[in-house]
Amino acid sequence: MAKKKTVVPFNGTKEQEVQLAAVIEKYKDVQGALMPVLQEAQQIYGYLPIEVQIMIAEGLGVSLSEVYGVVTFYAQFSLNPKGQYPISVCMGTACYVKGSQAILDRIQRKLGIEVGGVTPDGRFSLDATRCIGACGLAPVFTIGDDVYGKLTPEEAEAVLAKYE
Amino acid sequence: MDTVKLKINGIEVEAPQGSTILEAARLAHIDIPTLCYLKDINAIGACRVCVCEVKGARSYAAACVYPVTEGMEVFTNTPKIRAARKKTIELILSTHRRECLSCVRSGNCELQKLAQEYGCDEHRYETTIKTPDIVDVNDVLIRDNSKCVLCRRCVAACKYNQGVAVIGANERGYETHIAPAFDMPLAQAACISCGQCITVCPTGALRERDDTDKVWKALGDPTKHVVVGTAPSVRAQIGEEFGYPMGTNTEGKMTAALRRLGFDGVFDVDTAADFTIMEEGTEFINRFTKGGKLPLITSCSPGWIKYCELYYPEFIDNLSTCKSPQQMFGALMKTYYAEKKGIDPKDLVVVTVMPCTAKKFEVKRPEMEVDGLRDIDVTITTREFARMVRQAGIMFQNLPDDETFDPMFGIASGAAHIFGATGGVMEAALRTVAEVVTGKPLEKLDFDDVRGTSGVKEAVYKVGDHTVRVAVASGTANAKKVLESVKSGEKHYDFIEIMACPGGCVNGGGQPQVHASIRNNVDVRAERAKALYSEDAGMTLRKSHENPIVAEVYDNYLHCKPGEGRAHHLLHTTYTKRSKYPVSK
Repeated sequence: MAKKKTVVPFNGTKEQEVQLAAVIEKYKDVQGALMPVLQEAQQIYGYLPIEVQIMIAEGLGVSLSEVYGVVTFYAQFSLNPKGQYPISVCMGTACYVKGSQAILDRIQRKLGIEVGGVTPDGRFSLDATRCIGACGLAPVFTIGDDVYGKLTPEEAEAVLAKYE
Repeated sequence: MDTVKLKINGIEVEAPQGSTILEAARLAHIDIPTLCYLKDINAIGACRVCVCEVKGARSYAAACVYPVTEGMEVFTNTPKIRAARKKTIELILSTHRRECLSCVRSGNCELQKLAQEYGCDEHRYETTIKTPDIVDVNDVLIRDNSKCVLCRRCVAACKYNQGVAVIGANERGYETHIAPAFDMPLAQAACISCGQCITVCPTGALRERDDTDKVWKALGDPTKHVVVGTAPSVRAQIGEEFGYPMGTNTEGKMTAALRRLGFDGVFDVDTAADFTIMEEGTEFINRFTKGGKLPLITSCSPGWIKYCELYYPEFIDNLSTCKSPQQMFGALMKTYYAEKKGIDPKDLVVVTVMPCTAKKFEVKRPEMEVDGLRDIDVTITTREFARMVRQAGIMFQNLPDDETFDPMFGIASGAAHIFGATGGVMEAALRTVAEVVTGKPLEKLDFDDVRGTSGVKEAVYKVGDHTVRVAVASGTANAKKVLESVKSGEKHYDFIEIMACPGGCVNGGGQPQVHASIRNNVDVRAERAKALYSEDAGMTLRKSHENPIVAEVYDNYLHCKPGEGRAHHLLHTTYTKRSKYPVSK
């Protein structure tokens, strides 16, 4: 899945920058520091936009291209922040058989974003997840802590309106 | 050295401990095909073209990374291995945009060569061309990922030789592609335009931006007076494009070919290099004796200049303010030559043939003009020049050897010829600086300590009563080492020569491409430099300040001494700090 750049403007805080600087300082002379620094940076910011990757590249003395190569290699890293309402569509076997792909497609079309993306207003982000263990409700998707099951694509789309 | 004994195809081989199968096979005079392997910088076992059978091993071994052990039995040429290689190449071809009829690398493509040698069926698998949308075109070069085989040789050259690492493998699995961070265009990334990625690319995925159409257009325009100048190393490398061995100087045929292409003046940028020495030598003496900013760092290599502006802006004041020989050539053509010939400089088109892709960036720098006249109108690489010769139907090998540059701007010293190799600019400068400072002729003109292909060279010379500490670096990764040692206070130099490409211009990003199969076994930099040093050694005019054209232009046109007045106006420039990133953090 190609990782798409974020469309949400960066608004990191001074506190976050200080935290990241401390992380970089901690790992600076450690062999293979990039992975743990990226993991902790994602903890701090929730995602890894170019501004954060530049700070890491400069701090560790590696090139931005090397940082970006690692970020896009591993599924655990995200270039996009989570939305105010993160949507996760279950693509586990039961949900998939019951038509979760159609729900995912519908939501993508409705929001105009791909999986892994976030709407420009920062309201919704979209992920495809593995089985969340609610197979009895298949097809299932969640918005934040709310769980929705046994819905058609049309009904799923209608649910989004509640959050707008 | 500890060695191990093994058998390759039944032949007993004794190889140093830690050798790979590939290296051991070479000792037994067995060539194993490779694609991604590049000696010293890219042994990653990625492409699987070099697979071999190892007795007792579960699977095929990639010869470029598999270490040899005592008693090992290796087979490099079994039916199974040939079939595996063939299949691998066919799979690589299945995602390769095969426009081999017109591809710029056709006939010189390493993938094409392998496919042909292994009798591959290029249509064995359904074609699924990857990411054809990623075509990155800028003023310097073109990245076309639909021809990329993901060997990562460019990534390795960019990172290890140049210390820049602006391109890398993004994403994973089938989505993997080579690009700058965030898939931004190279022009936005901190690329120094050196073109070393092109020199190591096995296919047409990386190539120079072709500017030959602009040259053809100028040559076909009867209202234009079109002149050309060639860099020192072009005469030493253009022959390779026409079947001559590496390091053959074909200056006669080269000038003959340029004349037959229709240029109205065929000149030598080496002559301008002698001006560079006059200006830079004067600048050095001034800074050295009057307490100016030291170390002085040379400014002939536009890849190095861009590197300095991007990565070491704190050294910008150390850079010589001299334009590169190419730009000095252009400035003097548009002024001195135009006036002598009675041509309106607006009707004069100045073309250069350079070993360099960064020159394409340099000619477009806004500061590279004098009084509204661009110094250089078009610059093409050695490769593009060869392409023009072929298109024009000029039989290069049959051209006369005794043609020469037009004398008006075609006499150059041996010092200028060696500009094309690492250490050459330093040696040329020292010859002049030493004689100007002491007022006495040098007993020995060869400065051996700054010759050779080592990445970093150092020497201390006595010049009169002074001691001059010099360093020479080629490949910007080596430049980084030198600059860091100066920054930390560990080293003190008075004069530093830096060339962006490893080995200097002879191994420049615009030079004829050499297959990895040769590059891995021959020191291309040294072989090519021989042509320049042997030319210098055979000359009587070996010092820039003895060049009669230099005297003529300063005395009768510029009416000043080097570094002063009109000479400074025409031949010097300024530099700009550049940001490495498209956003500020």
